[in-house]
Amino acid sequence: MTVENTQPASVAATEIDPTHPEHPALQLTKRDYASTYVRSTFLLGSFNFERMQAIGFAVSMIPAIKRFYTTKEDQAAALSRHLEFFNTQPWIASPILGVTAAMERQKAAGEDIDEAAITNVKVGLMGPLAGVGDPIFWGTARPVLAALGASIALSGNILGPLLFFFGLMIIRMATRWYGFKVGYEKGVEIVSEVGGNTLRRFTQIASIVGLFVMGSLVSKWTSINVPFQLSSYTDQTGKEVTTTVQSILDSLLPGMLALLLTFLCMWLLRKKVNAIWIIFGMFAVGILGYWLGILAP
Amino acid sequence: MSPLEFILVILVALVCGMASVLDERQFHRPIVACTLMGLVLGDLQTGIILGGSLELIALGWMNVGAAMAPDAALASTIAALVVIEGHQSIGEGIALAVPLAAAGQVLTIFVRTITVFFQHQADRFAANANFRGVELMHFSGLALQGLRVAIPTAAVAAVAGTHIVQTWLDAIPEVITGGLQVAGGFIVVVGYAMVINMMRAKALMPFFFLGFVLAAFIPDLNLVGLGIMGACLAVIYVQLNPAFHDSIVAPAPATAGAPNDLDNELE
Repeated sequence: MTVENTQPASVAATEIDPTHPEHPALQLTKRDYASTYVRSTFLLGSFNFERMQAIGFAVSMIPAIKRFYTTKEDQAAALSRHLEFFNTQPWIASPILGVTAAMERQKAAGEDIDEAAITNVKVGLMGPLAGVGDPIFWGTARPVLAALGASIALSGNILGPLLFFFGLMIIRMATRWYGFKVGYEKGVEIVSEVGGNTLRRFTQIASIVGLFVMGSLVSKWTSINVPFQLSSYTDQTGKEVTTTVQSILDSLLPGMLALLLTFLCMWLLRKKVNAIWIIFGMFAVGILGYWLGILAP
Repeated sequence: MSPLEFILVILVALVCGMASVLDERQFHRPIVACTLMGLVLGDLQTGIILGGSLELIALGWMNVGAAMAPDAALASTIAALVVIEGHQSIGEGIALAVPLAAAGQVLTIFVRTITVFFQHQADRFAANANFRGVELMHFSGLALQGLRVAIPTAAVAAVAGTHIVQTWLDAIPEVITGGLQVAGGFIVVVGYAMVINMMRAKALMPFFFLGFVLAAFIPDLNLVGLGIMGACLAVIYVQLNPAFHDSIVAPAPATAGAPNDLDNELE
């Protein structure tokens, strides 16, 4: 997806002049790009409950900081301001790194940008971009590729894992590499793009595909079998006909129990019940049902 | 298990552990982790099948915001060891994987708490513009995450080939293993529920029901077909939706009067 904007940039919450003069001395080199990219792939390495991705963000900014600032004081100040709280969908952090690097460059060039402005743009972008990255990558790309890969892998075919691994790798690398490039070249301009229609459409399309596939998976891959017998008789031809809970449910809507169980899970998760407890609860139900003969594999 | 295999197993476990926090290259997903374990243990085929089976369950597990998912990394490495080295069934591996995912989650919470200390250390290094120091703190946290999977995996690897595992598993009564198998059929919905909740899109729920009903009544439709249908519906929806016809609706304080020329393009 290309992000395009030929209009005069809309100035965001900050007071940065987007038509700043070019500062040829202050440009990231190809090496800096590559180094930032590699570092950004370790963004979550030191994820902690206090400031989450903070150290990872600072480490990813180091090539830019070294390029733009020469005095020890300036470098220390820049490092410290990027050790503040940061958390977003990891891959979509790259455009934020790009915008931040662009602002650091302007600041180093002597433009009137205070620390708070840089932090504000960072914080202002991480929420909305997580709202784009989570549905696209975690909600659609990964589950859909995992579902495809797993269905191939179940027969022992190596193509399954390969499809999943390389499929996601291409998406991830492109997001990181071009995300950083676009963020750095456009700078604060992209703040207005984030709320723009192109990204919203893209997110919407991904969400629909994700939900559609989840719906089909609930039906395809969930098996709840209730062979509990309700009645049994012998028909005219002498065949024995048994009615089980399962056969009644299947005649209404196949997979109905799976659907209801999904809704129960969604409700419990929204009530902040840890997923692992829900899973253990289901185990208990499985064991109890199996023991009583109500449920079967 | 030969010493070389033992070392390779630990290396794979390290990589999976680090990937589980990074969420970058996806080595921690069962479909990749079990395949790698199968590769180093000399039974690729079983590794792939176990990976696929576990991936079905873990499909929607994700870390979003501060919420933590069950840990797929530890579950995958140890389940693969038990199934391949301990000669157990895939079903046995799945039953084991879930308690392991819970244990792994506890361990990663522990490490993510310890890393707060590295965070404060990094602050001190930053004040002196000590780049190396900040990097060291960062990668120390990462190494801890690797070890939290590698150490338990090594412990299991040391006994996996022996009769100990068999004895333990034999001690589990039949009603438990049968019940776990039953539950294995439907714990997958937890992952689906996580995905649906994360989307937070009530208005789009008809697409979920549509997917469900189509798959329920047309069993011949495979995932590729369903995926294409979903994508077509999505594009049509967005094209017809008036909400996307207006000028930019920006939550950010963008300047008014944004142009309409974004309408006719859809990428």
